[in-house]
Amino acid sequence: MKSERIVALSAPRKEGRDKVTGRARYIDDITLPEMLYGATVRSRIPRGKIKKITFGPGINWDKFVVVTAKDIPGKNYIALIENDQLCLADGIVNHPEEPVLLLAHPDRHALPKAVEAVSIEYDSLPPVFTIEESERQSEIIWGADNIFKTYLIQKGDVDGIWEKADYIVEGEYSTGAQEQLYIETNGAIAAFDAERGLTVWGSLQCPYYVHKALMALCNLPETKVRVVQTETGGAFGGKEEYPSMLAAHASLLAMKSRRPVKIVYDRAEDMVATTKRHPSRTRHRTAVRKDGKILGGEIELVIDGGAYVTLSPVVLSRAAIHAGGPYEWPAIRVRAKAVATNAPPHGAFRGFGAPQSLFAMERHMDRIARAVNLSPVEIRRINFLKPGQTTITEQTINEPVDLGKMLDRALEHSSYEAKKQWFARENESGAVRKGMGVAAFLHGAGFTGSGERYLASVVGVEGTAEGRVRVLVSSTEFGQGTNTVLCQIAAETLGLPYDDVEIAQPDTTEVPNSGPTVASRTAMVVGSLVASAARGLEQTLTASGKLGKTYSAEEFRRACREHVAAHGRFRSLARYEPPANIYWDDQNYRGEAYAAFAWAIYVAEVTVDLATYSVSVADFVALQEVGRVLNPVLARGQIIGGVAQGIGFALYEKVEWRDGCMQNGQMTNYIMPTSADVPPIRVFFEELGNTHGAYGAKGIGELPMDGPAPAIVNAIEDALGIPLDSVPLLPENIFDAIASASNRESDARSPTGVR
Amino acid sequence: MTKTGATPCDVSLIVNGEPRTVRAYPMERLLDVLRQQLGLTGTKEGCGEGECGACSVIMDGALVDSCLVPVLQAQGSNVVTIEGLGKDVRACALQETFLECGGAQCGICTPGMILAAVHLLNEKPEPTMDDIRDGLAGNLCRCTGYVQIFEAVAAAARRGVAR
Repeated sequence: MKSERIVALSAPRKEGRDKVTGRARYIDDITLPEMLYGATVRSRIPRGKIKKITFGPGINWDKFVVVTAKDIPGKNYIALIENDQLCLADGIVNHPEEPVLLLAHPDRHALPKAVEAVSIEYDSLPPVFTIEESERQSEIIWGADNIFKTYLIQKGDVDGIWEKADYIVEGEYSTGAQEQLYIETNGAIAAFDAERGLTVWGSLQCPYYVHKALMALCNLPETKVRVVQTETGGAFGGKEEYPSMLAAHASLLAMKSRRPVKIVYDRAEDMVATTKRHPSRTRHRTAVRKDGKILGGEIELVIDGGAYVTLSPVVLSRAAIHAGGPYEWPAIRVRAKAVATNAPPHGAFRGFGAPQSLFAMERHMDRIARAVNLSPVEIRRINFLKPGQTTITEQTINEPVDLGKMLDRALEHSSYEAKKQWFARENESGAVRKGMGVAAFLHGAGFTGSGERYLASVVGVEGTAEGRVRVLVSSTEFGQGTNTVLCQIAAETLGLPYDDVEIAQPDTTEVPNSGPTVASRTAMVVGSLVASAARGLEQTLTASGKLGKTYSAEEFRRACREHVAAHGRFRSLARYEPPANIYWDDQNYRGEAYAAFAWAIYVAEVTVDLATYSVSVADFVALQEVGRVLNPVLARGQIIGGVAQGIGFALYEKVEWRDGCMQNGQMTNYIMPTSADVPPIRVFFEELGNTHGAYGAKGIGELPMDGPAPAIVNAIEDALGIPLDSVPLLPENIFDAIASASNRESDARSPTGVR
Repeated sequence: MTKTGATPCDVSLIVNGEPRTVRAYPMERLLDVLRQQLGLTGTKEGCGEGECGACSVIMDGALVDSCLVPVLQAQGSNVVTIEGLGKDVRACALQETFLECGGAQCGICTPGMILAAVHLLNEKPEPTMDDIRDGLAGNLCRCTGYVQIFEAVAAAARRGVAR
């Protein structure tokens, strides 16, 4: 009896009541008996050899547990892709804030003084801080050439297009580092017992990443490492990789002291030591016909990976594949490169490379529009990908997406044309300038290329002794709605009330590995597996005759109880099966990069104050096609939240670097949007469905991070009439840009300026 | 405690309607006393410098960042935390509307945000959108982009008016 639809309804957030009453337990809310507190002594220089470590006077060091690289039972690295990042520095440091040794003490207030009292003498080595310095290779700081990874994407005859071009448009664009700034800082508790092994609880996205790292580090078998995710107060990619490091540190202290150890970073440590969004530089050179059609082009994309490889190759891959935007390129060559610098490794942050390359693409489209004397709207309309055409990796668009129609709808919602005309008049005088900006973009859901095939995720759905249904996944909730949406999918599949379904706390001894909670893959990929596993549960009950072809919720509950009473634990597992006819060539980066793309058109309206040079976003329209909306309230929340982070990326959030170290590691001077800064963010969905996703869902979590920065900067350019090619754009940057534009203008008027 | 060099003292205050006496160093943060001595872990630490508002509590009717309040300053005061809102009709309405409107995502800012909203509605039972924006401007949320929080506060206010 499957009449009541649960998918597509705004089912209440599963863990919501615990959150609004303050009962939800985050890592720092948990205290274990006999627990010690841990702290990390970190490198204060960007690069050098450690000569000597001195434990200074005034501290009763006998009361401290001290761990160095020598105490590591297994391999001294954080297992991820290249395994080049050490857990604790061993003789050499490659970035500021690199962990060198660990301390633990029963009194958390005793730690800061002790950390200060450890002095490290170094022989400094010359560091590299910027993409340009790294490319010059005056110092080799990683491998043979400072290059972590390169990709080349080629389509069509790029070399043959230039002579056919009416215009060749060039531009260079850059984006800065961005801090995830989840409000709950990173934290973990580890406990060790020779018999049961190691248990780690933590604020994290990927329990099995931590599990894998701890097995290698602690030299323990799979069964002796248990990782449990506690309620997680925001992540945004920032808890994809660093929790493995933090869990490793807590574990080493726990194994040495044989007592539970908690490490929770304070805000300053979290901001300066953990990962951020990769800074980027993108150069475009595009051949355009005089009617505005792009004939082809070259894109050269570089990201700054920091001191170790970590996730940079994967971030770079997504950046490269998204670099051409939602446009049809008859010919294109994308050269992408991740380089090393002596900064803490940059890492995952919502969008994962796509916000960087799409910022460049969408700024460049406005530049092309100006060059060929078309409007930003028309240049996009002419070049939009259409069904049957192929992306830059030659993936055929085989869904009826109509970007032109989406653009029309977004323009209508934002009153784009009327406002353009109105602002053109208003901007002639007064103390403010207003502008409108558009960004069109796409975001691929799930792991890239063969990624999902390698992950081979497994999901379980369990019928309990009480006749309830439990979803068993390692996919984590950190605000996006994993718990709720996966329970909705199970309830919908089984035709049960939403309240009959619960989800297990992610615990590697209890749940199978459904893959990491990243890449906008949870609702689409994991959700499909939840539906398959739920069908398996139903089939077992119907095959055994306990359940008819149609059934009531009460009949299902009874059948479930009977099954558990007769046979014990009742679980159904589903493993990822790659869809047929999906082709991906990892060598040449060609083929079906993603099982599905979500599509979007964002329109920003900005006001620039000519006295303060501050920009406010006055209105924001976010229109997107997302396959199917599984929970309207949660989906809208994802979009609005992503747009707000995008506004921060564009206008407020600037990491000030000195010698590879963040100087403004405080909320006081690294500014994220407040309630007073956000415009009305108006969200519109289109739904085309998706054969690969649960009930037609595509990924939506990262999509809204991609569009706001280019839409806003395009709007600022519209308001001021000067090109602005990097973010973040703080008032001082806008002041500088206006000043240099007016200098150029006066140079051009003076006789020496004539060239 | 080694950080102050001062000697601990007894501090008496009312927390969620109950008289409590704690032994603490005078400069200990009210936040730590609430969380560690009184077990009221619903009050969260986000930044430790009064920027994010995750540690917001209501102290003698004022919304304060408990990370900035030395416990001695709370002597004799009346402190309300998220755990003390159970019977407050306005707070219960807010908790419901936060659930319905999507006002809580990761939940870490939520206790502080709800206290800020309770404080706002106590001062202004029929707030305008600008009042809501201003009233919550000391509480940072990284997940929601605030819009659904505004909607939750406005909905709770409407329910209050209807009552």
